[in-house]
Amino acid sequence: MRILSLAGRRLAASIPTLFLILIGVFLLLQLAPGDTVDALMAQMGGGDAATAQQLRKFYGLDLSVPAQLGNYLWHLVRLDLGFSSIYGKPVATVILERLPPTILLMTASLSFAFFFGLLFGVIAARGVNRWPDTLISTLGLIFYATPSFWFGLMAIVVFSVYLQWLPSGGFQDIGTVQTGVRGVLDIAAHLVLPTLTLGLIFLAIYLRIMRASMLEVLNLDFVRTARAKGLDETHVITRHVLRNALLPMVTLIGLQAGTMLGGSVVVESVFSLPGLGRLAYESVVQRDLNTLLGIVFVSALLVIVVNFVVDLLYARLDPRIAAEG
Amino acid sequence: MDAAKRYFRSPAAVIGLILLLLIVAMAVSASFLYPRDPLALAGRPLVWPFSNPRFLLGTDNSGRDIAAQIFYGARISLLIGGVATVIAILIGILVGAFAGYYGGWVDNVLMRITEAFQTLPNFVLLLVLVAVFGSTLTTVTIAVGVVSWPAPARLTRAEFLSLRNREFVQAGKTLGMKDLQLILGEILPNALPPVIVYASVVMAVAILLESALAFLRLSDPNVASWGNLIGLGRDVLRVQWYVSAIPGIAILVTVLAVSLVGQGLNDALNPRLKSR
Amino acid sequence: MSDTVLSLDGLTVRLPKGADRPHALSDVSLSVASNEILCVVGESGSGKSMMANAIMRLLPNEVTIERGRMMFDGRDLCAADSAEMREVRGAGIAMIFQEPMTALNPLRTIGDQIGEMFAIHTALSKAEINGRVLALLEDVRIPDPKAAAKAYPHELSGGQRQRAMIAMALALDPKLLIADEPTTALDVTTQAQILKLIRDLQQRKKTAVLFITHDFGVVAEIADRVVVMQHGAIVEQGTADKVLNDPQHVYTRQLIAAVPPLTAPPPRILSGKDILTIDGVSKTYRTGGFLGRGARVTEAVKNVSLRLPRGATLGIVGESGSGKSTLARCIVRLIDPDSGSIVLNGKDWARLGREEIRRATRHIQMVFQDPFASLNPRRKAAELVAQGPIVHGADRAIAIAEARQLFELVGLDPSAGDRFPHEFSGGQRQRIGLARALALKPDVLVADEPVSALDVSVQAQVLRLLAELRQQLGLSIIFITHDLRVAAQICDLVAVMKDGAVVEQGLTAEVFGRPQHPYTQALLSAIPGGDFTRKRDALIA
Repeated sequence: MRILSLAGRRLAASIPTLFLILIGVFLLLQLAPGDTVDALMAQMGGGDAATAQQLRKFYGLDLSVPAQLGNYLWHLVRLDLGFSSIYGKPVATVILERLPPTILLMTASLSFAFFFGLLFGVIAARGVNRWPDTLISTLGLIFYATPSFWFGLMAIVVFSVYLQWLPSGGFQDIGTVQTGVRGVLDIAAHLVLPTLTLGLIFLAIYLRIMRASMLEVLNLDFVRTARAKGLDETHVITRHVLRNALLPMVTLIGLQAGTMLGGSVVVESVFSLPGLGRLAYESVVQRDLNTLLGIVFVSALLVIVVNFVVDLLYARLDPRIAAEG
Repeated sequence: MDAAKRYFRSPAAVIGLILLLLIVAMAVSASFLYPRDPLALAGRPLVWPFSNPRFLLGTDNSGRDIAAQIFYGARISLLIGGVATVIAILIGILVGAFAGYYGGWVDNVLMRITEAFQTLPNFVLLLVLVAVFGSTLTTVTIAVGVVSWPAPARLTRAEFLSLRNREFVQAGKTLGMKDLQLILGEILPNALPPVIVYASVVMAVAILLESALAFLRLSDPNVASWGNLIGLGRDVLRVQWYVSAIPGIAILVTVLAVSLVGQGLNDALNPRLKSR
Repeated sequence: MSDTVLSLDGLTVRLPKGADRPHALSDVSLSVASNEILCVVGESGSGKSMMANAIMRLLPNEVTIERGRMMFDGRDLCAADSAEMREVRGAGIAMIFQEPMTALNPLRTIGDQIGEMFAIHTALSKAEINGRVLALLEDVRIPDPKAAAKAYPHELSGGQRQRAMIAMALALDPKLLIADEPTTALDVTTQAQILKLIRDLQQRKKTAVLFITHDFGVVAEIADRVVVMQHGAIVEQGTADKVLNDPQHVYTRQLIAAVPPLTAPPPRILSGKDILTIDGVSKTYRTGGFLGRGARVTEAVKNVSLRLPRGATLGIVGESGSGKSTLARCIVRLIDPDSGSIVLNGKDWARLGREEIRRATRHIQMVFQDPFASLNPRRKAAELVAQGPIVHGADRAIAIAEARQLFELVGLDPSAGDRFPHEFSGGQRQRIGLARALALKPDVLVADEPVSALDVSVQAQVLRLLAELRQQLGLSIIFITHDLRVAAQICDLVAVMKDGAVVEQGLTAEVFGRPQHPYTQALLSAIPGGDFTRKRDALIA
């Protein structure tokens, strides 16, 4: 319970951060050339100044900036993110529709990167400065340097165009909407390449951290104690080193949550996934600033939630945290 | 000088440095080797690489020389990566040094702001900045720098936090040094090496961020950038995949070179880490 | 005391290329019998810890056993394969380490880690293991063994952690216990308890103990036989009585002579005028807590009043956490005291503002504990010493020239000014730190554990230098230390601190000769080898 209250307090402490972000981005967007009404009128194929005036009044855009900000925050408290003129729906609805693919993609990529990062990190640390380590570390460096969108394109060329194993884009087959197990398999097939693409750079980061962290922990005194007890090397690793070495990895998930969400903008664009990232891109191109602001809010919220879970996980792993409270 | 010796003892670090120098050479020699505008029409579109000696790396969908764009693209990548890194590191050191040295409410305020920047996905912020300020070379460079400073700030702060209670800093205080003397003369020189090493990570990420932005056609369309070319090649990906593949390799090699140099610097500057 | 448990025969351990010497151990031969404690003594770098690791075959990768034999239980450990070694480790030979905090896995409970011994080497059931663990914790006299078994290492005190380590080491009744400086990281009263515990358990279980230490006081307290090591070789060995009272080798004699006497030298005549008066100084820390919840209040310094006569040396002694270092930092205003006055040269130093302190700081200077951390690694030695005068407006060239003169004063080669701190030894660095403090010609010098990080022989030299300088420059010194021997040697007056308060103060000879407060008495009786030193002091006197 102590752990929960500790993480809860951290969660409460991030509310001011959230407001700081919203206010900052809101004010920033005021500097943008053109507003929602301009975008709307452009979409309608132009219109006269009087209509624009009316529309501005309708959307409350004729008010002063602080009043608009106040309005926005007041609506936000009631979970109202405003109206997207481009999509003709409330922003909250638009975002909710786009959320599942992104969350699925992030979960899959994170699991992929974490699992293999851990595995390869341990293998590399066990054979430090021998060939498995050299191979894994080199691959890690190359993965880290690979632009994700480029890797995605090349994966499409190889797996979709030449081998024709996997679909080249989309979330599910549009032609035949499938249900049940087949539907799940269909979505899974669509997500294989995006997951690899998004996860690759994080795999590289995780394996590097895991390797370094393992080497660090292997040098600590209590590992010598474990060996002095007569424990064999495999058990030294599994019982004493692994959990200690995992701590920096877990911290990293929290720190990288935002980066990963940012990465999904690019990956979703490459694979035409109807997710939050692609929505962010579209709203920039279409100058749908209301939706953009909503995305800023939701993605910050997502990052905060991930960090909350990471805090809980960390406290479970490390008894020293709960004592500090 | 020990550090230099240690650096050149690592083959990976030397390879990284050679690659980086090659890329710099490409950037420098671009206007001698390809005096024409790299974005101007040069020949038939979609010539495959190595099929026409005039266009060693072929041409893209609008008949522009890919090799020329790769050479000029090196300029853009290094320029944006370099300048954005300098911006990010400078902001980072400034924020981190003050937060770490003074602690208390200064630290609180600065860290809240840093946290806000880290909570917002950096690429989303980049999109917002580009949406507001447009996509010229200058705005994109500054925007990439502005989204990259939180990590170096945290690193600098952590270094300052551990150094400010070190006995030699306390000794400086008892000698009567002013805060600025302590920050600049005593702490910063000792805090700098890890930050310098981290600059290589910032630069690698900056290059990747800019290329991703360019790929989405949100960067400056009027310069020859590798990301632009990949985005362009996407339209002909199914057959003429080389248009996208070649600039991608250029990005990969550049980021790899920067990372290798950074790792080499790290091992050279922190020898005790290497010993195990 | 006849059957040999372990014998080393010509053990030679090779260091990797580039080390400061080719061999960590050269031609070491010794033996330990059951029911005896063999102390291996030496200064840092003597190879004594390397020997412990060699016996366990836990040497770092690049370090190898070149030749020799280690006979244990009828077999040569040098030739044992890794499976055989695993059987020996823990069950046949167990080990305890210097730093019990880092020697225990922070993420697993004490009971779990002790129980692991049984899990590795026996087929006992979980319930049986739990019972044995509790019995062991009772054996090492941990308060509330049930709670201790469930506790994580960070929830125990240093002494309790070391008891847990001992319980773990003795779990399987090993024939040999290797103790690598097991009390060095502990306070003196805890050290005395742990030494007694090891002695008691050893006698009851008839275990052979190989006890590694740098402290001849500990040797006098616990050893049956002694081996003295220098530069990886044995220079002398014999019974404790023989080595301590009739040392043959020059190095052994030096080491024993360097152990400071416990009896204070005859008191010097002190000035009637006080240069520094501390009155009612308090400092309280509030840590942690969000919105006031979970906040902890630590009274680091409680209403301390002291006076320092001109030209005198006032020792402030106490164990870790007694608040002595906080007090020292309050006196030089690195920390702002909450209340009280610190009057130096007639001015209340505790009430000065930041800028005034900065200017007045030349009157009171500090020498720090850690000779490695207290010098900026990126500045040359002369520059370090000249920094103070330069900050206070001296011309750079003149300041550097004066710094070189100071080098001579503290016993360093003036030409060494162009070198960086890492090119000096620990003792030399401490001299640089001293020169830096003296460069501002202070009236009062606050020395915070200035010799604690040094080997005994170097310690003696630095203390001698300090005494000379005091005489020569008429310095008044506040000397913070945890080591009562050191305090006895150099201080005119001592104040004993416990939990932030001064419990007893007065002339050193009086406080140490006739301690009034029970805590002072406990401290004095806890000094390892106290009887031996007193006897020696009496002989010399």
